[in-house]
Amino acid sequence: MDSVINLIYLAASVLFILGIRGLTHPRTAVRGNLLGATGMLLAVVATLLDQEILGSGGQAFGLLLGGVVLGAAIGATLALRIELTAMPEMVALLNAFGGGASALVAGAVLVGATDPPAQTAVATVASGLIGSVTFWGSLVAFDKLRGLLLPDRPVLFPGQQALNGLLALAALGCGVMVVSEPGSIAFYAGLVGIASVLGILLTIPIGGADMPVAIALLNSYSGLAAASTGFVLNNNILIITGSLVGASGLILTRIMCKAMNRSLINVLVGAIAEASVSKSDADAIYAGRVKSTSAEEVAMLFDGARRAVIVPGYGLAVSQAQHQVRDLANLLESRGVEVEYAIHPVAGRMPGHMNVLLAEADVDYDKLKEMDAINPSFEQTDVSLVIGANDIVNPDARTDPGSPIAGMPILNVDQSRTVVVIKRSLSPGFAGIPNPLFAADNTLMFFGDGKQAVLDLIAAVKEAD
Amino acid sequence: MDALIPLLTIFMLAVFVGFEIITKVPPLLHTPLMSGSNAISGITIIGAMLSVASSSETTTILGFLALVIATINVVGGFLVTHRMLGMFRKKD
Repeated sequence: MDSVINLIYLAASVLFILGIRGLTHPRTAVRGNLLGATGMLLAVVATLLDQEILGSGGQAFGLLLGGVVLGAAIGATLALRIELTAMPEMVALLNAFGGGASALVAGAVLVGATDPPAQTAVATVASGLIGSVTFWGSLVAFDKLRGLLLPDRPVLFPGQQALNGLLALAALGCGVMVVSEPGSIAFYAGLVGIASVLGILLTIPIGGADMPVAIALLNSYSGLAAASTGFVLNNNILIITGSLVGASGLILTRIMCKAMNRSLINVLVGAIAEASVSKSDADAIYAGRVKSTSAEEVAMLFDGARRAVIVPGYGLAVSQAQHQVRDLANLLESRGVEVEYAIHPVAGRMPGHMNVLLAEADVDYDKLKEMDAINPSFEQTDVSLVIGANDIVNPDARTDPGSPIAGMPILNVDQSRTVVVIKRSLSPGFAGIPNPLFAADNTLMFFGDGKQAVLDLIAAVKEAD
Repeated sequence: MDALIPLLTIFMLAVFVGFEIITKVPPLLHTPLMSGSNAISGITIIGAMLSVASSSETTTILGFLALVIATINVVGGFLVTHRMLGMFRKKD
């Protein structure tokens, strides 16, 4: 029977791999996700055939059924009711549950085991440590994204790194004790407690705009926790699946760091918060050079335009203007303007955030262009419309080696004939630095709320008929 | 130690497979990739099931808690990914 179960696990692992491969193209993605879900169903059914479960009697079956029904009801409610603009929060929550489940299972196995081999104990420690850090770190990320208790900005205090170091050492100490005295659950409880505090303290210094990195990294952790639990249980499918997810999260983390030209360490300690710029710098750049514009003026620009590029940022998600932006784009297209969207990898609060937002508004995915693909075309663009973005279009990153964001790859909107920036005020973005783009000769500032501004633009373009 | 080698082998090979496939996922689909891969990391659910069936009461309780949150992870993850992917359309 065991070999039958393991063969089914193997089939499920293959389905997981094929499922993720399906995500390499939007055409095959839905089928890929279904393949993954089928693999999961197979794995769960195969587990029901396990001796331990078959021989455990009615009470265990009742608990299994109850647990699955409860979890499925909560999961389905969350998945179907959450607004799509809250997807970063949803992913943070899912990361938390994945990590938490791994830490719990490792603990459960430790309690039930009599004299486990050292290998199992070490894996239990890894699972408890990574799982707890993931659980609490993800809950902090969720809280920051929702703006509940903690501020969006980095929370820093003196001695933070030293405290984290001490906690990590204490956690390791507990880990060593778990391995040498696996019979006592107290050390595992201590390990989980310390790792939980560590998870919170490691995530509070990460600022809002760095959330894409934090979420990707926590995603990777939740995979690694599952893989460690696989070592605890001697179970191949957990190891395979966990390492796939671990690798996925790590790749995304690297892409996000590269897109900000920052090291992972630099993001994790919230270092960009130190790069504060005095108000006089901002005045020197903006004074007398910023040109404010009106909807009518922008409508006239569009009237003579052949090509327009829309550049969305986090501000678009905040003002929920994606449907209005799509309406504007459709209107412009109906008047013969070629419209595309320029998506910066770290625009928003999680990898791919802007793509989901615009897909929700029914924007054709072929129009969503990656940074490297669209950058060469800005020189042939008549109007670039920047909505709620700041640092990712700051030309200082290209031209000023002393800037805190020097070397960060940006969208070269400043090369287009005219740039229109929809923004509430001249307040700085996450990096806390002024943006010379706003004072450039070819830039017009359209001050206002994102959604209202786009609605005004639509009205003005229609008026111009 | 002997038991560890095959597990480590599988781990390393799976990491490489992961790197190979996932570098091919376009940025367009990075959010569904995260939620979808998250759903499959809910595979811990099978560990939770085995713990629930254990004869030790503490193990059963911890296993039950793990079962509930792992199921949230699995069901929530696959469903929300499905919902998102349904919106990535090509208009013609």
